[in-house]
Amino acid sequence: MHDIATSFINLDAITILYLFGVGFVGGLVSGFIGSGGAFVLTPGMMSLGVPGLMAVASNMCHKFPKALVGAMKRFKYGQVDVKLGIVLGVSAEAGVLYGAGIQEKIKAAFGDAGSNLYVSVAFVVILATVGGFVLLDAWKTYKSGNANTEEKAGKLARWIQSVNIPGTMVYFKSINARVSVLFTIPLGFATGMMAATIAVGGFVGVPAMIYVLGAPSLMASATELVIAFVMGLGGSLKYAMHGMVDIRLAMIILAGSLFGIQLGAIGTTYVKPFMIKVVMGVIMVIVLFSRGLMVPVYLAQLGLIDKLGDGTVGLLKTSSFAIMIFALLLGAFIVLRAMWQGRKAERLQHAAGALEHGEV
Amino acid sequence: MAANSTKKRPVGKMLVMGLISLALYALLLARQDEVNSMFGKGGWYAFLPIITAFVFSFVHGSFTGDFWTVLGVEAARKKKEVK
Repeated sequence: MHDIATSFINLDAITILYLFGVGFVGGLVSGFIGSGGAFVLTPGMMSLGVPGLMAVASNMCHKFPKALVGAMKRFKYGQVDVKLGIVLGVSAEAGVLYGAGIQEKIKAAFGDAGSNLYVSVAFVVILATVGGFVLLDAWKTYKSGNANTEEKAGKLARWIQSVNIPGTMVYFKSINARVSVLFTIPLGFATGMMAATIAVGGFVGVPAMIYVLGAPSLMASATELVIAFVMGLGGSLKYAMHGMVDIRLAMIILAGSLFGIQLGAIGTTYVKPFMIKVVMGVIMVIVLFSRGLMVPVYLAQLGLIDKLGDGTVGLLKTSSFAIMIFALLLGAFIVLRAMWQGRKAERLQHAAGALEHGEV
Repeated sequence: MAANSTKKRPVGKMLVMGLISLALYALLLARQDEVNSMFGKGGWYAFLPIITAFVFSFVHGSFTGDFWTVLGVEAARKKKEVK
């Protein structure tokens, strides 16, 4: 920590514009699905020469104020369950600490390559199972023609809502039922652990709220912003105590992301709920390929497979980063397109209504 | 409908918050060396970046919210109240 002052990078206009732009796109996706952006921002900052831990810390320090603004905006639309967000957020904080501890142990035992391999494998396994499930569910909803009907809790969620453990039951308005905190605590913990491992806790938190607790997609993605705020605030404070936050980077990213998060939040009022699942599922599945490409690089570094040539490593790294940026941009495109179509439909509806009432 | 289209847009508030936000960013970048050395000290100084983040989010968040409103990008009129 002593040489931290020498770790601050020089900022030029291009770097500022780059951070602002990535912040905007990340914010747009976060405002819509409750999380996202971190998986591009952290490696993006590292590519500018920011040390890994400082990139994680600075990303976190932009995340909590961004999540706060997004949560407040979506609260106005009646989409946030504050109680559920705080209950999950506090247990997620514990998960973050535990996850960070595991990371440190793996790093001490197997070095950087071991730690990176663990992160990549966690990414691939979680994104393949959860992302695949979310995308399949969204596809089924689309094909069934029930996209406009209110979402119903699945079998697992209905069972969890039916379990009564005296002394642990709490009513949550998003679920419109009483659920035992003995279920919510492990979910929050897993969300935090994922946030500490793959930087995007929402990829676990949002699907968990939808499929395990039975919350509607819009409320789950909005409530995730409360969890991100609680987790981000605690995490930022922890890193800031070691002087790891580069406030300039955090605030420049925040400048872009606050434009984006407002727009993403507005977008949720125009789309059908299953679009949340579409955007989340698409991003998760594409990011999965991005991380998957890096697995051979780390395996080679650990000596588990034959050494790869420098050209191959460079190609895999560049492709991996490009795919991540593509995932984020595609997510942002789907959000903007869905919003555009929703606004167009609303304008047509109003015009038709005005004609009917002879206002024109 | 008529009431909606003539609704006053918060241009004045947006400009004020925009200017304050711009001033905050100019100050942060103009004094970046001092800021870095002070915020990088850790310990109790950890509250400085946290307070900064809250202040920026309040000012810039208010500005960006009004920015989209002034441009006419607002939430759907029929609120989606989801239970």
